[in-house]
Amino acid sequence: MKAILGIALRSAWSRRGTLVLVLLSVALSTVLLLGVERLRSEVRDSFSQSVSGTDLIVGARGGALQLLLYAVFRVGGATNNVRIDSLEAVAKHRAVAWMVPLSLGDSHRGFPVLATTPGYFEHFRYGDRQPLQLAQGRPFSGDLPGLYEVVLGAEVADRLGYRLGDPLTLSHGGGEMPGAEHADKPFHVVGILQRTGTPVDRSLHISLQAMEAIHLDWVAGVPLPGQKISAEQARAADLTPTQVTAALIGLKNRAAVFAVQRAVADYEGEALMAVLPGVALDELWDVVGAGERALLAMSALVAVVSLAGLVAVVLAGLNERRRELAVLRAVGAAPRHVLLMLAAEGAGITLLGVLFGVAVLAVAIAALAPWLQSAYGISLTLSAPSAAQWGLLGAVLAAGFMASLVPGWRAYRLSLADGLSPRS
Amino acid sequence: MIDAEALRYRWPGSREDCLAIDSLHIGAGRSVFLHGPSGSGKSTLLGLLAGVLLPREGRVRLLGQDWAALSGARRDAFRADHVGYIFQQFNLLPYLSVLDNVLLTCRFSALRRRRAEATAGSARASAEALLERVGLGAALWTRPASQLSVGQQQRVAAARALIGQPELVIADEPTSALDAALRDSFMALLLQQCRDAGSTLVFVSHDERLAAQFDETLALAQVNRAALPQAA
Repeated sequence: MKAILGIALRSAWSRRGTLVLVLLSVALSTVLLLGVERLRSEVRDSFSQSVSGTDLIVGARGGALQLLLYAVFRVGGATNNVRIDSLEAVAKHRAVAWMVPLSLGDSHRGFPVLATTPGYFEHFRYGDRQPLQLAQGRPFSGDLPGLYEVVLGAEVADRLGYRLGDPLTLSHGGGEMPGAEHADKPFHVVGILQRTGTPVDRSLHISLQAMEAIHLDWVAGVPLPGQKISAEQARAADLTPTQVTAALIGLKNRAAVFAVQRAVADYEGEALMAVLPGVALDELWDVVGAGERALLAMSALVAVVSLAGLVAVVLAGLNERRRELAVLRAVGAAPRHVLLMLAAEGAGITLLGVLFGVAVLAVAIAALAPWLQSAYGISLTLSAPSAAQWGLLGAVLAAGFMASLVPGWRAYRLSLADGLSPRS
Repeated sequence: MIDAEALRYRWPGSREDCLAIDSLHIGAGRSVFLHGPSGSGKSTLLGLLAGVLLPREGRVRLLGQDWAALSGARRDAFRADHVGYIFQQFNLLPYLSVLDNVLLTCRFSALRRRRAEATAGSARASAEALLERVGLGAALWTRPASQLSVGQQQRVAAARALIGQPELVIADEPTSALDAALRDSFMALLLQQCRDAGSTLVFVSHDERLAAQFDETLALAQVNRAALPQAA
């Protein structure tokens, strides 16, 4: 047994040129399979981690998913605004513990601007109910003297190199219209948040009053011609917000969540809707699930193709190895030894390929994680494979071992039929 | 040593016997020259003697043991223990060293390994001694077998067949790839080593000039009734 495995090893080593190619293709398919699974679960995690401790998101009636994506992830199309007095009416429900209004729409060099109340820093939770922490500085004050204060997400500060006290101006909308700048009302940085791995990192936070102030001399997305209200004049104006995008709501008791949801839906002053973040996320997974499965199926196909390549290579080499098998038979190797030798070769290559693939993936994750984080907000970390990944690894190994039995069986048949004199 | 009776063999899928031998006896320690033209069933007979093939009818006994009475795995073990085999060419595993090729036998047969150890202290020493005796110096021992000339490879094959003193050495046209000078020295060497080890040698060739050096000569065309022209 040990003898034949040693010989199998030497034999494989003598054909290493071809076998390395097979090994690489197995490794590549492992990288793909694991990488896709890894990315899939990380994306899900980072989405699920983005909001916690918020029981309901209230916004204008429409698509639940759209509201969640826009209000929490700052992606997708803007939803209709809601009146702030409607939200205040909702907040009076006895089960509601807190309500934080959110107003979106402006940006700074591609990063979204979120107008909210100081309560946001107090109530917002992410991940495992972790509160936002300031790395430097303080939250914006929310009063008139601190009107033009901005708190940066970690990513914004990192990428744009801002420090406390730095001035910056906001662009109207997504910044796609040149000249649509709120250049006359510069902000200054008072706080920088710690990294959270959520969309908060990519946001700039200002007060709702500041949002009102920079839009005093704007109507319907364009500056009013001939009307200029300076930053100082704006402080004197009525800056009470009338409309916001959405609101986060926390409840005193989660059990009341459906009662509050119904109360919001039944609100008579305006067509409102309350969304449970978890339910909306499930809706999101339903949408993207098909794509994920397709991606995983593609990777599985790549794995199948590479294992088929393994079988083909070992089988193709078998004819030239009939001499070798006859020699082994002559010195006393049994056909089952020959089967073992061929099967061990295939299984060994699969195992090495999978290990190499895991190593390559680890290196790739280590190398690409910062880029993925900054470009897509996906945080990949080196970690032990999850149960699903172990499952995939096991499946590749099992499939590789099964596939190796094919040339093994063929060699077994050949060595039985050939005996000591290969007939070609 | 070898007793065969009423042998009938046909290849799978064939309708006619290719081998039909009524009786064949080879005594222990004898050297037998088996000759016959191509297609007279030489390789088939060797396969039957070595227990790789089983006869359709009749029986082949080696050392009193009927091959057909053993399971497949036991046949392989019995062959490893008692038979050394030399092919026409390509005897060696090209990726193993010369020494490892000789020791291959001892990897599959504990009996042969013990005997090799008994003669020279260790299997390795026994292999080295045999290589010396077939004229291959220490410089060649660690070389990959693929670097050797054909003549050298056949000598390594002889050393491998002889290690651990098998009762039977079967040589299937081992000299056909060698030129005249190499052939003669190989023949002398093989015969001498078999005599020294006390092994029975069954040597197959179509070259009848070699017959004079053997104890017995067996013309397969006369023994094998299946090879007779189908006159009737």
